[in-house]
Amino acid sequence: MSAILPRPGLSLLLLCIWLLLNQTLAPAHFLLGGIISIAVPLLTQSLMPHKLRLRNPVALMRLLTWALVEISRSCFNVSMIILFRQREKVNSQFIYIPLDMHDPYGLAMLSCLINCTPGTVWVEVTPEKHELYLHVFDLHDEAWWINTIKTRYEKPLMDVFEGAADAGRT
Amino acid sequence: MNAAADLSNWLIVLIVFFLLLGGLLIVVGALGLLRLPTFAQRIHGPAITVTLGAGSILIASMLLFSSLNSRPVIHELLITLFIFMTAPVGAMMMMRADVYRKLREQAKEKES
Repeated sequence: MSAILPRPGLSLLLLCIWLLLNQTLAPAHFLLGGIISIAVPLLTQSLMPHKLRLRNPVALMRLLTWALVEISRSCFNVSMIILFRQREKVNSQFIYIPLDMHDPYGLAMLSCLINCTPGTVWVEVTPEKHELYLHVFDLHDEAWWINTIKTRYEKPLMDVFEGAADAGRT
Repeated sequence: MNAAADLSNWLIVLIVFFLLLGGLLIVVGALGLLRLPTFAQRIHGPAITVTLGAGSILIASMLLFSSLNSRPVIHELLITLFIFMTAPVGAMMMMRADVYRKLREQAKEKES
């Protein structure tokens, strides 16, 4: 955007974090937080080469809500497996999931969401074929996992970070 | 100071429920870390601890201190944010280290 506020969203977030940390809404803290939230994006801009554009905040909120439900569900499932299943019967596997998303922020968000969900750990995106290499704690149906990740996580993230205009670009 | 006496009963029940749930989930996560056979499986245990385990305790903390101080105390949300930004990265780095170490060992075995 402008020269003073290159990333208004990040500045706003930093201000909110500052006010939350100090648990206050006093004008003095608004001033101090304001200075920090203007200075930090300016100073760290060279560390952030890619432009972040949130195109669809509603879809992001919906995705986060879905992820929260999914995290709770997986927590319960993984707990049950740890507590009651015989160890030899846990079917841990690595699977490949073809990805269409290329936006770095979208991929970062996807990796955080997947790693936050108990039962799945992101290993890497293979450079040759752009496939996600994923470790699943208890694999029962590979097609279901691929379908869930693609429709429930990747599709909304592509709407949010890449926009409908270049969603078909692969 | 007997602050707990000022809280209503249902609120105390709610707080205790979240504390117990969080504690239970953290124990289960630690148990997973202790008992599962391979490294790739063990890494899934702490994921329970940092998500729902920590989350329940933070909810309990928010409820308790909000009602004790008679104002919203929500800076625990920041802990959620920081966990969301750091824990997945740590898990990913450890998983990668494990995968690459195994690949290197396989390559060595092939050579010899």
